[in-house]
Amino acid sequence: MPRKPRVAVLKFASCDGCQLSLLDAEDELLALCANFEFVHFAEASSVLHPGPYDIAIVEGSITTAEDAGRIRRVRADSRVLITVGACATAGGIQALRAWGDSQAWVQSIYPSPEYIHTLASSTPIAAHVLVDYELHGCPINVRQLIEVLTSFAAGRRPHIPTHAVCLDCKRRGTVCVMVAQGMACLGPITQAGCEALCPTYNRGCYGCFGPVPGANPSALLHECRRHGHSNEELIPLLRNFNATAPTFRAACDDLAKEPWTPA
Amino acid sequence: MSDEETIEVPILTRVEGEGALTIRLRNGQLDDVQLRIYEPPRLFETLLQGRPLEDAPDITARICGICPVAYQMSSIHALENALGVIVSPQIRHLRRLLYCGEWIESHALHVHLLHAPDFFDAASGMELARRFPDEMRRGLRLKKHGNELVAAIGGRAIHPVNVAVGGFHRWPPRDELRRLIPDFEWGLQAACEATRWVAGFAYPDFQSDAEFVALSLTGEYAMNEGEIASSRHPSIAVKEYRRHFVERQVAHSTALQGGRTPDHSPYLLGPLSRINLNFEHLLPQARRLATEIGFSVPCRNPFRAAIARCLEVVHAYEDALRILLSLDFSGPCRHAYQPELSVGRAATEAPRGTLFHEYEIDARGKIVRAVIVPPTSQNQTQIEADLRARLHQQLTAGTLRETLAVDAERLVRSYDPCISCATHFLQVRWEDA
Repeated sequence: MPRKPRVAVLKFASCDGCQLSLLDAEDELLALCANFEFVHFAEASSVLHPGPYDIAIVEGSITTAEDAGRIRRVRADSRVLITVGACATAGGIQALRAWGDSQAWVQSIYPSPEYIHTLASSTPIAAHVLVDYELHGCPINVRQLIEVLTSFAAGRRPHIPTHAVCLDCKRRGTVCVMVAQGMACLGPITQAGCEALCPTYNRGCYGCFGPVPGANPSALLHECRRHGHSNEELIPLLRNFNATAPTFRAACDDLAKEPWTPA
Repeated sequence: MSDEETIEVPILTRVEGEGALTIRLRNGQLDDVQLRIYEPPRLFETLLQGRPLEDAPDITARICGICPVAYQMSSIHALENALGVIVSPQIRHLRRLLYCGEWIESHALHVHLLHAPDFFDAASGMELARRFPDEMRRGLRLKKHGNELVAAIGGRAIHPVNVAVGGFHRWPPRDELRRLIPDFEWGLQAACEATRWVAGFAYPDFQSDAEFVALSLTGEYAMNEGEIASSRHPSIAVKEYRRHFVERQVAHSTALQGGRTPDHSPYLLGPLSRINLNFEHLLPQARRLATEIGFSVPCRNPFRAAIARCLEVVHAYEDALRILLSLDFSGPCRHAYQPELSVGRAATEAPRGTLFHEYEIDARGKIVRAVIVPPTSQNQTQIEADLRARLHQQLTAGTLRETLAVDAERLVRSYDPCISCATHFLQVRWEDA
């Protein structure tokens, strides 16, 4: 029998939620441990083995110079590098500093800002090193993580759907919150993975899983405006956990260029 | 000759987030100990500025993947305080039920997967599961119940989507909640068994002289509201919070450290403080169980917080069952409000202790200013004080150097620090425009 893949779980700037979802796989946790060797998982174990690793699961974004160096060492140590969650794949909510002055922000929070070393940006892992697979979500869907892990162990590509949230609303039989209630909803431009949670809970999608490939944000935003939603609502809606994902960022910057308020 | 020696724990394991420990000895005596937090700052309070107030529960949830409900609860209650919204008893009960789910999930995770391995010299919960398969499987099931309860109300266990300023986006499906009742009836008994198991661990002998601080409420074990009670000082109203508790910055930490005015004295938040201050409000099974296992208050041994967590899990199961058996979704699920220039404050009991939020909002419903004071940053000063006392005790007893660091790390773990929470939030000074 081939040896079990050696897996490292590593954290950069993040909330811990995505790696926690591994511990939340209560039913599968013991089975996962039987098939993978978690050799470096600081949240779960005190024994931390050095690389090389077969698979590195990376959570979080790069916000400090030290972390920019650390991710390069992780890459050198790992055969396969998988990033998980909005922070690692798009920069996360902390990437909102792209629209502010992070030094001024640090100064407003910390009385001795000289102790705090942070970059002016929060960037996804793929901006620094080659990434083999990006798993989206804020938080990720743990079923999808298990699929990604097992597929890489088996040497095949993961089966992760890349359709829009809208399709899942139709599947669930959820009445469209935009058509029926005029709510602003990012469902048409957001990748599935959450099982269309927000519309089921009577609110518009706020884009946790990031832009769907081939998204057409300008058509959606035009429709939102037709329903009376202003830039004051639409810009913060796009500037959430995947704010600096290129599609959302461009859509948002385009909106900001043409100020518009409902008549 | 001065003989200096530094012991480093470069990565604290089995805690949430990134921290380290430095112990400095001089001539065999403790010189200094530092809990170093190097988790990179994410600057949440600033990125909330200028955003619609409705965004606060979803954004602040992202501070912590283990206790997102706590952030949602403190933010909505603070904003409702600013807006003058008083929610219906139905909404209040459903929020309490949601919080019970998070307490169960977070405590069961800490007790079984993070803390228990220390008592058996195991590296992880997975390793412990080989020796105690039934106990660990039971612990994972309890954790799963907590997650299922949060998901049944909020849509998912991590960063749930249903909580809103003014109430909920919708009443959750009644059947999905009622379906949990048999599991929770089983879980209540399983939680009692887990408590008996944990009470039998070999606890190190150590007493902290901490001041205990927690919310306290007449008639129930405080969760979403109350006064801020203390084992040493008179209770204060939540709106007085920032006059009594402040934060300061130290070079070795990206989290500010809490202290009580005027001399920045340390204080402790969390399950031990809650149970010490509110013991008489535990529900009957939890209280009877405490007597049965010989757990009496005040308990001053931080290692025994594991037992307090277990008793709170039992309490949360009882409370959740009580609410599940009398679900009432009559009336609107969300109250309307009209923003005006105002300031609101609230504190709720996160699994790790009192979580304070303050928001200033404008008449357009935008956040002007946010202040978030998470429990772990407040506990840092007390953790360091206890580390000094514990290391001094260990050095006097002639403990080997190798064991010192392991023991110190275990003490830190017993507080269940949440380092992602602690970092980059505390607001010490704001430029008042």
